[in-house]
Amino acid sequence: MFTDDAGKGGISAGGPGNSENSTRRTGGDLVQLITPAGERISHPEFDPWLQDVSDEQLGSLYEDMVVIRRIDAEATALQRQGELALWPPLLGQEASQIGSARALRDDDFVFPSYRDNGVAYCRGVKVEDLVRAWRGNASAGWDPFTVNVATQQIIIGAQSLHATGYAMGIQNDGADCVAVAYFGDGATSEGDVNEAMVFAASFQAPVVFICQNNHWAISEPVRLQSHIQLADRASGFGIPSMRVDGNDVLAVMAATRIALDRARHGGGPTFIEAVTYRMGPHTTADDPTRYRDANELEDWAAKDPISRVKSLLDRKGLLTADLEAAVAAKADAVAKELRAGTINMPEPQPLDIFKHVYSTPNSWLDRQQDHYSRYLASFGDPAEAASEEGAR
Amino acid sequence: MTQMTFARAINSGLRKSLENDPKVILMGEDIGALGGVFRVTDGLQKDFGKHRVVDTPLAESGIMGTAVGLAYRGYRPVVEIQFDGFIYPAFDQIVSQVAKMHYRTQGAVKMPITIRVPFGGGIGSPEHHSESPEAYFTHTSGLRVVSVSNPQDAYTMIQQAIASDDPVLYFEPKRRYHDKGEVDETVDLSAALSMEKARVVIEGNDVTLVAYGPLVKTARDAALAAADEGVSVEVIDLRSLAPLDFTTLEASVRKTGRLVITHEAGQSGGLGAEVAASITERCFYHLEAAPVRVTGFDVPYPYSKLEMHHLPGLDRILDGVDRALGRPNSLSGLEG
Repeated sequence: MFTDDAGKGGISAGGPGNSENSTRRTGGDLVQLITPAGERISHPEFDPWLQDVSDEQLGSLYEDMVVIRRIDAEATALQRQGELALWPPLLGQEASQIGSARALRDDDFVFPSYRDNGVAYCRGVKVEDLVRAWRGNASAGWDPFTVNVATQQIIIGAQSLHATGYAMGIQNDGADCVAVAYFGDGATSEGDVNEAMVFAASFQAPVVFICQNNHWAISEPVRLQSHIQLADRASGFGIPSMRVDGNDVLAVMAATRIALDRARHGGGPTFIEAVTYRMGPHTTADDPTRYRDANELEDWAAKDPISRVKSLLDRKGLLTADLEAAVAAKADAVAKELRAGTINMPEPQPLDIFKHVYSTPNSWLDRQQDHYSRYLASFGDPAEAASEEGAR
Repeated sequence: MTQMTFARAINSGLRKSLENDPKVILMGEDIGALGGVFRVTDGLQKDFGKHRVVDTPLAESGIMGTAVGLAYRGYRPVVEIQFDGFIYPAFDQIVSQVAKMHYRTQGAVKMPITIRVPFGGGIGSPEHHSESPEAYFTHTSGLRVVSVSNPQDAYTMIQQAIASDDPVLYFEPKRRYHDKGEVDETVDLSAALSMEKARVVIEGNDVTLVAYGPLVKTARDAALAAADEGVSVEVIDLRSLAPLDFTTLEASVRKTGRLVITHEAGQSGGLGAEVAASITERCFYHLEAAPVRVTGFDVPYPYSKLEMHHLPGLDRILDGVDRALGRPNSLSGLEG
């Protein structure tokens, strides 16, 4: 009963010949359109989905990736300077995030994980909102309905079910937008991701699962999560899948467009494995030298997602001094905006702790709030009392 | 007024909600063609279609997580958890997502999800079919928790729960599903007693007896038996377990000076502990005796031939009433 048209014609990573052990293999079925040296490889299945990508748009994708890398570096610096409590770097995953996010329509709805700051940036989330939660000024950064992006999920894989449920709602509404779940390789071991695929397949919901296989779940390598390619898992649920070079912005964009188009036209869910690499630590609190080899990092540095687009632009004669200057200026401006937005972020007030637990008044909480206000007031100056309380 | 069973009353309330709001959608295992294992959703899929009364795969976290997504999309999902003991796979989605979403998003995303849970024992079931997990949820901020004790409340409160913009755990006493009662189906929801209010079921002067869900009937029977011995028991049906209606509880205890709380769930960390502690804090100088709890034991729910020892019955409740009144009781002579 499941549509599995992608299983034909080589788009799917599934199939009986695909039984090699997971992490080391990068040949065969892995779709790559730009080589690490910046050479554009033609691909009969994927190329038709990129015909409208002009030279100018290629430059724009390059700019997005440079800017988000700069945001990421600035946020890491802000953490080191004590302005953020924590930050989860996306260094190395720029193509996976920008390529997929730039394929979306405004009315599509994204359910991201905490590392998907590049996706959020593309959707129009304000840069200071990217760090609001990491500074401790809120539980989450933004109103999901202003940008059609749910707040970033910290519970691994939980958002895959939210995306699937949202997609079931789209189906009921008769709309043609799509829900998109972003998660990592570790999440594919979670029950929620597997249940999401069961539900998505059963209801043929218009949802796209984008799995950024960055090879590491904190210290655990992807081979601990799966004995087969992650993309191959989808076929067990009756869900077509693609396995693409996640450091190749065009391959990711084409795959996402294929999946979105299928979902919009009643073809149900798709699973995309974007094979990439987390070049940095899990978060700023992590120390990857304790668990991974420096050689591995070096191998992946040679496959950098930004340098290969830069080389491609150069080969095409598009890497002008003007373009480079414009991209650098944009990155500088955004980094400055992020820094200023972070440092000048208004502090939450003590009684904000009680806000929004419920949407209507709650007698228990009202009483606790009343008692705590009286306690604060007993010090005279409530602001002073709050800072003393916090210092203990 | 119509005479109907408890299960029928919930069914009728669900029907009304489905009719009144196109965004209401029912989800659960076996709720469609079968009408639910207790037939609470009988006939609803036939009348409202498979898109509004959805048979789901057998995955409780999946049901709850997709309900979150549907709520994001503007729907009002009503989720059936088939049995109390099956709710734990959904615990993470309930506690980490459903309960926290409104707070996390500073009010931008509402979670108007109703989670129906047939709960409690007394029906001779195997393991995992007779539990009382309500305290896990009353301890979780962001959730509202109610339990109904009679067909009229079942009918009214299911609609109030569905209309609530906050998530509501709705605990249904499964051993009372076949009890009959009068139900006024023309009730005006906004005029009806708020879902957050407790109700004095029987007025009395000597002792306050607090119950909810399946034990409200037992508590009433106990009060009637006590009356024969000249003891006047005031019975309160909590209805709302979170938040608790301390206004009603305090007024009663200030009058009687004595408090007995009963529930099927184990004693430690149960609702009785919260009622006893809060009432002691608020009404200490009105209390004539220490609050008494008559509850299930702190054991896994026992095999069915022993369950009547576990469940507080009329005589154990009366024994607790005697303790509160300082009359001879099973623990007379013991300290503390």
